[in-house]
Parts: sequence; C-alpha cells; structure tokens
Amino acid sequence: MIKAILIFNNHGKPRLSMFYQPYSEDTQWQIIRETFHLVSKRDENVCNFLEGGLLIGESDNKLIYRHYATLYFVFCVDSSESELGILDLIQVFVETLDKCFENVCELDLIFHVDKVPNILAEMVMGGMVLETNMNEIVTQIDAQNKLEKSEAALAGAPARAVSAVKNMNLPEIPRNINIGDISIKVPNLPSFK
Amino acid sequence: MVASSSSLKLQDLIQEIREAKTQAQEREVIQKECAHIRASFRDGDPLHRHRQLAKLLYVHMLGYPAHFGQMECLKLIASPRFTDKRVGYLGAMLLLDERQDAHLLITNSIKNDLSQGIQAVQGLALCTLSATGSAEMCRDLATEVEKLLLQPSAYVRKKAVLTAVHMIRKVPELSNIFLPPCAQLLHEHHHGVLLGTITLITELCERSPAALKHFRKMVPQLVHILRTLVTTGYSTEHSISGVSDPFLQVQILRLLRILGRNHEESSETMNDLLAQVATNTDTSRNAGNAVLFETVLTIMDIHSAAGLRVLAVNILGRFLLNSDRNIRYVALTSLLRLVQSDHSAVQRHRPTVVECLREPDDSLSRRALELSLALVNSSNVRAMTQELQGFLESCPPDLQADCASGILLAAERFAPTKRWHIDTTLRVLMTAGTHVRDDAVANLTQLIGGAQELHAYSVRRLYSALAEDISQQPLVQVAAWCIGEYGDLLLEGSCEETEPLQVEEEEVLALLERVLQSHMSLPATRGYALTALMKLSTRLHGDNKAAILEKIPLVERGGSQADEEAKESKETAQLSEAAPVPTEPQASELLDLLDLLDGPSGDAQHPPPLDPTPGGALIHLLNLPCAPPPPAPIPNLKVFEREGLQLNLSFVRPPGTPTLLLITVTATNTSGGDVTHFICQAAVPKSFQLQLQAPSGDTVPAQGGLPTTQLLRILNPKKAPLRLKLRLTYNHFGQSVQEIFEVNNLPVETWQ
Repeated sequence: MIKAILIFNNHGKPRLSMFYQPYSEDTQWQIIRETFHLVSKRDENVCNFLEGGLLIGESDNKLIYRHYATLYFVFCVDSSESELGILDLIQVFVETLDKCFENVCELDLIFHVDKVPNILAEMVMGGMVLETNMNEIVTQIDAQNKLEKSEAALAGAPARAVSAVKNMNLPEIPRNINIGDISIKVPNLPSFK
Repeated sequence: MVASSSSLKLQDLIQEIREAKTQAQEREVIQKECAHIRASFRDGDPLHRHRQLAKLLYVHMLGYPAHFGQMECLKLIASPRFTDKRVGYLGAMLLLDERQDAHLLITNSIKNDLSQGIQAVQGLALCTLSATGSAEMCRDLATEVEKLLLQPSAYVRKKAVLTAVHMIRKVPELSNIFLPPCAQLLHEHHHGVLLGTITLITELCERSPAALKHFRKMVPQLVHILRTLVTTGYSTEHSISGVSDPFLQVQILRLLRILGRNHEESSETMNDLLAQVATNTDTSRNAGNAVLFETVLTIMDIHSAAGLRVLAVNILGRFLLNSDRNIRYVALTSLLRLVQSDHSAVQRHRPTVVECLREPDDSLSRRALELSLALVNSSNVRAMTQELQGFLESCPPDLQADCASGILLAAERFAPTKRWHIDTTLRVLMTAGTHVRDDAVANLTQLIGGAQELHAYSVRRLYSALAEDISQQPLVQVAAWCIGEYGDLLLEGSCEETEPLQVEEEEVLALLERVLQSHMSLPATRGYALTALMKLSTRLHGDNKAAILEKIPLVERGGSQADEEAKESKETAQLSEAAPVPTEPQASELLDLLDLLDGPSGDAQHPPPLDPTPGGALIHLLNLPCAPPPPAPIPNLKVFEREGLQLNLSFVRPPGTPTLLLITVTATNTSGGDVTHFICQAAVPKSFQLQLQAPSGDTVPAQGGLPTTQLLRILNPKKAPLRLKLRLTYNHFGQSVQEIFEVNNLPVETWQ
C-alpha cells in the first residue's frame, strides 16, 4: 500500500501532498519536513530507497524517491509494494505529467496546482495502483477537462448574451409614426443596460 | 449576486505568494485572501465557489488552516456540475477525513453520484470513497459499489474494484459481497480492471483462509494470464521498456506466492512458468528486474523444485554484484527475507554481502549490516566479527548502536574462546562505547570474573586500554573494576599472552585519579574508580603509601565545606610531598575520602585493614597514627580495653577548618576469639554537631586481624570543651557485651 505521495522542490516547498492514511495535519506537516530532510541529504549516485523516518515508519515502511531537476517525487510505501515497481510508477507519473503539460517543469506544477491531484488520482487511488497506461490516463484527463470547459461555457452564456446585445447596432426608434392621418406617439422605452 | 471582484484568481494568488519576500508577507497575502474566500463562501456567487475552494486548497497545501472550507466541500459535491464536484471531492479528501464530524454528510452525495451514470462523476465519488471512506460509509455504500462492478464502462469497473479493496479493509465482513464477482472479473481484458481484481483477490486471500482455499482453484487461470503477458512480446499499450505491463505481472506473481505457499499442487502448477520467467526475463532495464525479483521471491516462498530454488538464490547473488545500486539494495532485502529459511544458500553469498558493508550509500550498508549479522554462525564468527568491527569503526552514527549490539550478541552466541570473547567485547567498547547497551558492562565483568585463567590477561589489556582513553564510559567502568579486583596481578610479574608491561603502583593510582577527576566521567564511573582504589588499598603493599594518598583527589559531594577541606588538604599534601620518606599519610584526605564513600546512612563495608602496632604487617590507606605535618599531631588515645579488644582514637584537626575535628575510632582484637556484631555509637554535648560515618566492618577478627575503623566528624562552632561518650555493643567469646563510657583525657588540642 502506498501511504503517501509527496512532491517538493529542492528547498522543501511542497508542490503536492497526498496522504492515503488518516494523519492529523500536524503529523502530515512533520512527515513532509522530515522526508525532505532525509531525502535532501542523499548523494546523487546512491540508491533510491530510504528507510522511513520515525514518523511515517512503522519499521515496515520505506521511502522511494526520484529526483528530477528541481523536484523530488517521494512515495512512502509499506513492504507489500515492489520497490523497483514503484520506481517505474514514479516514472510513469512524471511522463504522464509531461504529456499533460508539454515538457513539464516545476512552474507547471506550481501554476496548475489544482490539476496535478486530478492526474495523480487517475493513477493511484486509495493508496493502490489504479492505472499505469499513460494513454488511458491522459485520455481521461482530456475528457474531464472538456467537460469542465463545456460547463464553463454554459455558465458564461447569459453574460455573453448580454454583452452581445449591448454591442449590437440598433436603429433609432422613431418618436412619431405618421401614417396617413393617424399619428402614433411612440412611448419612451427603458433602454437596455 | 455579489462577486468579490477584489479577490484573486488562483493563478494570481499563486503569483502574489511567490512574490512575497518573507514568511510574514506571505502570511499577510494569504490571510487577506482567506478573508475574501470566507466572505465569498458566505454570500458569494455559487458559480465561482469552486474557484474559491481551489484557492483554499492551495493555501492548505502550503500549511495554512482551511477547515472553514469543509462545508463548502459538501455544497460543491452536491452541485450538479462536474466542475464543482471535482474540486469538492478533492477538498473532501484533503479536509474531511473520517475524524471530522461533517464527514458522514457526504455519504448521500456519494450514493447519488455513484448511481447517476456519468462515468467521470462516478469516478470522482469512487475515488473519494476509496481514499477516506469510513467504516460506516462503506457499509452503507457496499451494494452500490458491487453494482458498479458490472458496469459497461471499464473505467468505472476498475475504480469500483479498488474501492472494494478499501471497503474490505475497513469492514472485513464485506468480503462476502466482493468475493463472488472476482471469478468473472478475472476474465477481463482491460489491464486496469485486471490489476484491480488481482489486488482485490490478494486482499481477500490475506484475510481469510477460506478465501485462500477458494482462489487456489484459479491458479491455472492466473498462470495463463501471466504466461500471455510474458510471451506477448512488445505491445505498446502497457509495456514499460519492452516488458508487458510489469505492474500486472508483479501483482500476479505476488498473488501466486500467496496461493502457492504451503500447497504442493498449486506450487506445481506454477513451477514451469516461474522457471520460464526466471530465465527469460530481460534484465537490462528496471521493469524486467522488478518482475524477476518478484519471481525469485515467489519461487523461494512456495514448494518449488530444488533446482529452481538454487537458480533463484543465484539470481539474487548475481544481483548483488550488479552495478545498479537499486538492484543491489533489493537483492540484499530479498536475501534477508530468505536467510532464515534458506540459510546455507544465502551463506554462499556471504563474501559479497560483506563487501556491501563498505558501501558509501547508507541505505545499502544498513541492509548489508542486517544481513551480515544474520549470517554469523559458529564457523565464520571470527572472520565476520573482524569485518563487522571494521565496519563499526567507520559506519554512520545511527548504525553504530545496532552494529555494536549485533557484534556483542554474536560474540555471546558463538564465541570460540573466552579470551576471544573478552577481546571482542573490549574492542567494541573501545570503538563504540557510548552506543552499547547498558548491560554490556555487567556482561563483561561477569565474563572476566568467570574466567580465572584470564584475569591477568584481562587486567593488563584493560589497563592499557584505559591508559589510552578514559572517555568511553563503559570501558572505563569495566577497566576500573578489573584493576580494582586484579590489581595485584597487574603489578606482579608478567603475563605470557600480552606484551611485557611494567606497571608501577603509582601509575595505576595516577590513572584512577585521572578517571576520578575527568569531567567526562559519569558519577557511576567515579564510583567504580573509587571502589577500585579502595580495593587496591588491600591488595597493594609498599611504603610509598603517603605519596599515593596525597595524590588522591577529592570528589565534590555537595557541601562546600568538604570542598574547602579538600582544597586545603591537597595543598598541604603537595607541601609534604617534598619529604623524601613521607610516612604520615594525610589523614584528613583519607577521612574525607571515607566521608565521600559513606552516604548519609552509611552502610558500605570494606574493611580497610589497620594495624597501628609496630608489628603490623600491612600499612594501608586508612593508616592512622596520623600526624598532620606542620601542626603537631594530636596523640592517639586508647579509650577502651577488654579481653583483648582495644579501642583507640586518633584525631585530626584539618587546617583551615578550625571548628572541625575528625576522630577515627579503631578497634583491634588481640584475643583468640573474633569480635562480632561490633557497633560503636557516640554522643557529644548539644552545642556540637556529630556525624558518625559507617564503620569499615562489624567484625574484629582475632589474633590481631584486620581492625575495624570508624570515622567521627565533630563540628565545634562554639569551641566548647569536647566531651565524648561512647557506647559499644558486640559479641565476644559467645557473650554479648555492652559498654558505655565517657572518654576521659581528651587532649585539649581536640577542641581548642
């Protein structure tokens, strides 16, 4: 089981924090800090596995991490997960992000902070691996984004109609209409605003 | 409709927070924005509520409180729009775990969303349910989820399956609902659904032996699925580096392991396939290795053919030599799992494992340490201990404790000789003394004590070790103890097993003094040193007692008065050191020494022998007829004599403390019978303060044997004439005796 998935940068600033076990907020924060502390100490050419810190470990748990440019991707797992498998999973995640954001970099994760959890949720659910096929994941995300867009369009419809009408060129309304000997006075109509 | 136009869009908020230069600035921005968000929640446009919550969730990720958004999550989940639900469900996962009161309120929304047919929405509900669903919720919604297992949409099915796993974890009885659909689900072609199904079956089997039995019937089917994956070759859809869906393969292998364990028939069914995977998997990339490792573990866990087992362990051995550190790590972990069941197979790789101790990578060396310790047995204990000692000297501090206790444990179990055992323990104490467990000292003293033939050897080695380094407390304690016990062996002659070492009494005592004085010494350590000194006083002969005594420092023991005396006596001691044959020991120091040894109640009994008579064989630490140098010594006083039992008093007025008088009561016995149960009590006039230290013993042996002594401290602030009454009780010649008398003829120097 995956206990937590954390993304933070080289200074420990969190970019994503997903916990799949109920920890209190304080504990979550301590876990993030401690994980950063442990992981940032590691050299570049050591293995990608760390025994978990005091907080997140029962001795069973370990941290599996990868360092991509300015970001650390850390999966905290128990002994039921394959270590090498999780390494591949992290890679799948990053490649999926890459597909969704076109050459993903930290800035994407920062400014699209609301989208990243959605992408992750298509890969890992309830602490278990849900889907590892990148195309499937990306297809789903695209479909969901389309759904959102269409809803936004609908929601914006009334406002757009109003502004469209405002910009219309309406001819002058005559004050008097004289047909033969009938004279009609046109009343004052409230204008569109 | 009031839209707070002054509140920011998410991206703008992010930008503003990034621009904040200090923590305080960031906090300010966020607090301002949270106020807007709160206002908007209260009376803002429901259409934009999702944006407000998105901002709040971002702020929450940065570590700021967001609990006021909980109700908004509920509202958004209940909204018909997907956009709202998406943020709402995410918010529920982050803010509404099952300990929150509002948590249960989402049950209804989830129920509705599960049954309303838009797969994206169903997916959201399932996701949140599987992440944070409480036991109660799971019970309520189990049948809904069960229905979804048959949904046409594979997307929904795969999520429903994993949700079922979560539900079973929360409410184990729900296994009954989710077991039946598994057979059907195993026929799925969709990898995601299949993956979830395998996970579900694994969970069911791990929880119930009945389920395990049930699913054993499906082993052939599982083998078939795995074979298809393995032989399919390169399929772009699910392959990772050319391996078809390694995640699914690994899951299936794990399930096969559980099913094949302790079951011949199942094991046999999978044997061929496992052999095939073990030999044919491409190991050039990580994905292949993941599958291979899982295969090896499965082979070792089930009833596999012997040849296959050997193959499996050899694969692990090969991986130990792989250049990829991750592979080495997993190899070490796997071997550790096997070390109990296949000890000899793993032993074959011991040299490589030991190599891994030298890894600079902490994760690897830690694993190597665990495995190395598990591999120690009686035939390799010497070599292994050598390696482990080397590791101990250079390993990271957090591993030192484990390594040290591991070595000591191994030594205890497999020590080939006592001497080797002592040497090994000694070396560990010298290298990592601060990290050993508390019982190490006791164990070593017991070990040495029990090995009589090694006393001389031990005391020499410990002496040398102590002389080099007095900072490692456990070592110092054992060394002090040993020197105290066997100091005579240290000084006399030589020991064949060590290099010749000529040690003088003075050196020994000087060393113990250093220990006493060192600020690194713990109180317990000083206790050991003091005890050793006392013991030495009974075991060492020699005329240069005085020099020895003068060097003995005094340990602060609360009461500045003692310190003052200490300093004073030390100074006078140094003065008299110049004397070529100092015959008079500084009694004050001795007495203060005794002072420290005896607690307020005082019960230490170490007979420092005393023989004031000229024919006395031993002159000891507490030798009295004492005469403080420059001031004229106060003559001793014999105060009591009966049937060979004699009581003498000797007096000291320590310079610099005019109100203090120290009296040592010495009882000697020249008769033919022992005096036993000897108790001496004293009384002084009211203006005096009397402190009676514990006597050195309660037996005065016959024929001029070891006398007993007792120290009296008398404070005379008023400088009144001293009067002293003594009460003696003892047994002698089979009779109990009591004597009360006042001491007459007290010299005036005792109080003037």
